[in-house]
Amino acid sequence: MTFLSYLISGISLGSIYAIIALGYTMVYGIAKMLNFAHGDVIMVGGYMSFMATTHFGWSPFSSVLFAMGVCTVLGILIEQLAYKPLRSAPSLAVLITAIGVSYFLQNAALLIWTPNPKSFSSVVPFDSLRLFDGQLIISGTTIVTIVACAIIIVTLNTIVNKTKIGKAMRAVSEDKDVAQLMGISVNKTISVTFAIGSALAAVAGVLLCSAYPILMPTTGAMPGIKAFTAAVFGGIGSIPGAFLGGILLGIIEILGKAYISTQLSDAIVFAVLIIILLVKPTGLLGKKVLVKV
Amino acid sequence: MRRLHLQSKVDNWLTYGLVIFAYIVIRILIASGNISSALQGQLVPITAYIVMAVSLNLTVGVLGELSLGHAGFMSVGAFSGVITATLLTNAIPMSWLRLALAMLIGAIIAGIFGFLIGIPVMRLQGDYLAIVTLAFGEIIKNVINVIYIGYDTNGIRVSMKNTSALRLDEGGKVILNGPMGAVGITKLSSFTAGFILILITLFIVLNLINSRAGRAIKAVRDDKIAAESVGISTWRYRMMAFVTSATLAGAAGALYALNYSTVVARKFDFNTSILILVFVVLGRMGNIRGSIIAATVLTVLPEVLRAFNEVRMLVYAIILILVMLIRNNTPLQRLLQIIGIRRRNNNLSTVEEGDDA
Repeated sequence: MTFLSYLISGISLGSIYAIIALGYTMVYGIAKMLNFAHGDVIMVGGYMSFMATTHFGWSPFSSVLFAMGVCTVLGILIEQLAYKPLRSAPSLAVLITAIGVSYFLQNAALLIWTPNPKSFSSVVPFDSLRLFDGQLIISGTTIVTIVACAIIIVTLNTIVNKTKIGKAMRAVSEDKDVAQLMGISVNKTISVTFAIGSALAAVAGVLLCSAYPILMPTTGAMPGIKAFTAAVFGGIGSIPGAFLGGILLGIIEILGKAYISTQLSDAIVFAVLIIILLVKPTGLLGKKVLVKV
Repeated sequence: MRRLHLQSKVDNWLTYGLVIFAYIVIRILIASGNISSALQGQLVPITAYIVMAVSLNLTVGVLGELSLGHAGFMSVGAFSGVITATLLTNAIPMSWLRLALAMLIGAIIAGIFGFLIGIPVMRLQGDYLAIVTLAFGEIIKNVINVIYIGYDTNGIRVSMKNTSALRLDEGGKVILNGPMGAVGITKLSSFTAGFILILITLFIVLNLINSRAGRAIKAVRDDKIAAESVGISTWRYRMMAFVTSATLAGAAGALYALNYSTVVARKFDFNTSILILVFVVLGRMGNIRGSIIAATVLTVLPEVLRAFNEVRMLVYAIILILVMLIRNNTPLQRLLQIIGIRRRNNNLSTVEEGDDA
């Protein structure tokens, strides 16, 4: 029974990683860039929800919507100001700019909200679920996190595969120039991708802070790195891959913490990643790209 | 071909000259007391960062593979260097020799780690390669955090639990104290030692780049398949660049750690790797002199920005973004050319040769 409860909390943590990884993987698939500032957008989302509930006294649900709105605008702003002028620049230049944006967000947060950690109260109003005569307790946050992740993955899959904008996204990720020739506005598509990714980051931020209620300017950094790892784990650029990678990473982390060593859990996660990449060099669901000479 | 050879030679002497000149100027400044104590404390870290940046440039600029775990090698070198220096305290009284041995051992062990991590890394490419180096850096950080090492009359003791599990005799000393890091380090590093390490690094890297092996490495970077088809062993030359880079990072790590009385594994985390990558990219990839200048300027910059006090890191971030935007945005560059800030031909050629990597 303890194993089951570890497994469930692993899936819950994995769901958060999966939501963040979706943002990474979509932006990577379409703009071919590693958006290192993504982790810090999570932190901004957390602070926005915190401000909305404690300072403005809004309901938890509207605070989530508020955080999503602010992060969407922030994502589009970052893309327009920092990444768009570099569309034709080498990928490492864009990577360094993304790191600059990440520093900027962290330090701006440090100035606005001070380095003192804020204690975040969970936005989930439900009580914990007790199963098997109280042997298995699942908190409301855990359930909401898993359900939210499931809804997001289904919605996103529908958007990408069934709608017109999704078709544009797939076209841009396949070949930017050809997509442009077919009348697709590449810039608009990339902006929409950033908007979706950042809104997801806000959701992830709120869920993360509900589960681990300490909010600091560096809150998003480590989950950001782990989610990036998850995205690569599943094969970067692939939406089902990000989902699978996130969930697996969460489960490995929690089980490693429970059964092997608390301090070494991160090392275990990364060691598993290296082994997986040795067996499947492009991640679990990544496409193998053949190089033509 | 001969002209090209001469050009690279002149270029290399310029790099050595710059380093020696900077060293003399700073020595004079120190002697005449014209340098702030805060800046003086930064001198050894700056030399360590220069070595880190030059060695990472070998992987990122010359080999063309993104490494996000360079601080991991620095960490390996730092802790093995500290352990070596502490164990040799009684055996070798000369501190310079102890420092040299510590850097040597740090370099060798980091090189061995470079080879071991190179085995999986060389099978991968691009972002997948980058993520494995990132993973390696995080693993090193976590593992060093749970290792306890001490020594007494009976020799060295290692544990993964805590200091009391080491069961040291009276008079025994703890060297590595888990999450507390290496404690009670005798400070051995000096600015001159750092300067010498930079010269050695430059000697190794510049000679490697301009050798037969260096040309093979660049050939692998520019086109792996073409290089392989003319008989260049890609595995061998990629590994050569990677291990050399790791070895030099190890020496820099030992130099860095022996400049403080305590050092923690957290110091060498992902952020440090990124910081060094920023030096390399801002100094232009493949340009060794650029790495040296960028490492110096960006380490001094936060000190200079102290006038801005609270917002200094914010200003640092904005400067970083603006520099990247100005350097890489074509319309903006055209504008600068029209105003006359940048020479036309110079600009175009450097952009093409430096950034395609």
